[in-house]
Amino acid sequence: MDTTRVKKMEECIWRIERYGDMRVPALIFADRSLLSDMDEKVFVQLRNVASLPGIVKAAMAMPDAHWGYGFPIGGVAAFDPEKDGVISVGGVGYDISCGVRCHRLGVKRQKILPRLETLIGELFRTVPAGVGSTGAIRLSEPEMDEVLRYGAQWAVERGFGTPHDLEYIEEHGWVREADPSTVSKMAKERQKKQMGTLGSGNHYLEIQYVEKVFDADVAKTLSIEKGDVVISIHCGSRALGHQIGADYLQVLGSAARRYNLPIRERELVCAPIQSPEGHDYFKAVGCGINCALANRQVIGHLAVQVAKKVVPGVNCELIYDVSHNTCKVEKHLVDGKMRRLYVHRKGATRAFGPGSKELPERYRKVGQPLFVGGTMGTYSFILIGTAKGEELAWSSACHGAGRSMSRRAALKRWKGKAVVNALRSRGVILKAASMRGAAEEAPDAYKDVERVVEATHGSGLAKKVARLRPLAVIKG
Amino acid sequence: MGLDRMGQEEMEGLKQGWATFDHLADIGIRGTGTSMEEAFENGARALFSLIVEDIATISIRQEKRVECASYDLTGLFVAWINALIGFADLYEMVFRDFRVNIEGTGLRGAAIGERWSETRHGRGIEVKGATFTEAKIERKNGLWIAECVVDV
Repeated sequence: MDTTRVKKMEECIWRIERYGDMRVPALIFADRSLLSDMDEKVFVQLRNVASLPGIVKAAMAMPDAHWGYGFPIGGVAAFDPEKDGVISVGGVGYDISCGVRCHRLGVKRQKILPRLETLIGELFRTVPAGVGSTGAIRLSEPEMDEVLRYGAQWAVERGFGTPHDLEYIEEHGWVREADPSTVSKMAKERQKKQMGTLGSGNHYLEIQYVEKVFDADVAKTLSIEKGDVVISIHCGSRALGHQIGADYLQVLGSAARRYNLPIRERELVCAPIQSPEGHDYFKAVGCGINCALANRQVIGHLAVQVAKKVVPGVNCELIYDVSHNTCKVEKHLVDGKMRRLYVHRKGATRAFGPGSKELPERYRKVGQPLFVGGTMGTYSFILIGTAKGEELAWSSACHGAGRSMSRRAALKRWKGKAVVNALRSRGVILKAASMRGAAEEAPDAYKDVERVVEATHGSGLAKKVARLRPLAVIKG
Repeated sequence: MGLDRMGQEEMEGLKQGWATFDHLADIGIRGTGTSMEEAFENGARALFSLIVEDIATISIRQEKRVECASYDLTGLFVAWINALIGFADLYEMVFRDFRVNIEGTGLRGAAIGERWSETRHGRGIEVKGATFTEAKIERKNGLWIAECVVDV
C-alpha cells in the first residue's frame, strides 16, 4: 500500500481522511511494515465501505487485513439503523461465524507427548475433516430449526458438552435474533449431514502447548501457565452458512438496486437494515452464527471425549469460544451517547474489554479472551480484550496471520507429503484429509502472525496473554 | 482480470476452455467459449477442477437439472456457480459435463456427473461460494469469457 495516503495518529494507528464520497474516515491498525505490505485493494475496499450509508465513526482494518470481497478480510464497520444504515453480505462473508474455541487440558506437554500420536490419530478418526466429509449426526427438519434457534444450547441439550460450557461461549452459545424461516430449504438440506465436521481450507484442530506467557495475571485467570496443553478448534457454519451467503448475495443484490443504494462495488451488496431484506438477512446470519456455535460445541465435545479416553486425568475445560465473521447488534458509546449499532466483523474478532456484562463472571475483571490462529508450523496466540479496543474499534481485534502467497502458488511450490515431513522434523504431527490442502496451508504461505499480534498489542486493540506452539494438527 | 493480463499457463488453460487464476486468499475460475452458454459451461468445469484432483476422472452417469436466475448476467454466472456448489454438496456428486440455456437473466441447464468417491476423484478443496470479486461476463475478440473468484 502507498503509505503517503495515510497519516500516523499514534503507535500502530493510521488514518485516511475523508475524500470523495467517503462518509467517514478510515482507520488502519498496523505497524509501518504491515501497512506497507498491505494490498492496495485494502485501501480501495476501506474507501468503499466508508462510503456506505449509515456508517458510524470509521471504516476499519485490523493488522491482518487483506483483500477480501466487499469488505477487506480484517474489516470492521458499524452501521446505525436510525441513520439509514445498511447490512452487507460482504461484511460477513460466506463462512458465517467462523471462529476459534480453545480447551485447556489441565496437563503439561510432557504428559501428552508419549500419547500424542495416539491422541491425534483418534481425533482424526473422530472429527470428520475435508471436502465431502459428513458427520455422524443426521438432523431432521424440526431438529435443524432447533439448531438454528438455539445454537450451542441445542448441542448441550443433545448431550454434547455441559451447561457450564455455555457460559464460556459468546452470547452464551446462541444469538436470540435467529429466525429459521429466513433460511432456505437448500441451506438446511445441505447442513443435515454436516453437523460436527471441521471442513477444509484454513480450518483446523490443533493440540498446542503454552510456549510463553506474556501476562501472568490474565493467564492465571484463564487457568493456563507455561507448558500447559490446549486443544484449539477453528471452523464455522459449514454448508448452511455458505448457502445463506449464496442466497442473500442475490437477495441483497436486487435490494441494493431497488433501494438505489450508492454502493461503489457490487461485492458490497447490501440492504437497509430497516428493510424486509435487511431484517431477513440479519435473522439468517443469526441462524448461521447459531449453526457455527453448535458445530464447534459438537466438535469440542467429541475432542474432549477422545482426550479423556487417551490421556487419563485431563479435564478439558473450555477457555472460550469466539467468532470472527459476524454481524451483531451491540450498544456502543458514540459522542457520549449509547447507540445501538450493527457491527460487521469480517475476519475480525470481537474483543470486549474488562467489565463487559457479556463476559462470564470469572473473566469480567480482565476482559474477553480471543484466539489468533497462526500456522501449523509456527504458533497461535491468546489475547485479551481491552477498554481501549472499545474506544478504538467497537471492541474488535485481529483474527489470524493472513496469507502471503496464493493457494495456486503454494501448490506449485510445495508437495503435501513434503509439508507433512518438514513439520514432522520440527516436532509437529500433521494429519491432513487432503495432501493438496496440506500444500496450500504450508506455513510459509502465511505472513508472520507475531507481527500481526504485536501490532494488535501495540495499538491497544487487545493485549498479548500467551503464545501457543502446535504439537499436532488436523487439516481438512 | 481480462485476456490481456493472462500469463502463459492461463492462456494454455484456455485452450481447453477453462482455467483457474490467482487471488491471494481465494481462487478465480474462468470459462471461455464461442457463446456465453459455452463460457458458463466451461466456468463450471473450472469449478470442479478445484473440487476434485483431476476432472477427467469424473464419469458421466447421472444428470441433475439446474435452474437459476439473477438481476443481470454477471449475477447469473455467480448464481449458476453457487447452484452447482449447492448441488454437489447436497447430492454428494461431482460434475464434468454441463448444458446451459440462457434467456434474459434466467438459466435452465443440467449438470452431468456421478457420486463423489474419494478413491476415484480424490479430495480437492472445499469451495464455499462464488463471489462478485473479479466477476465479469465479457466478449473479447469473438470469445465469451465468464469469470469470478470463489471463496475457499
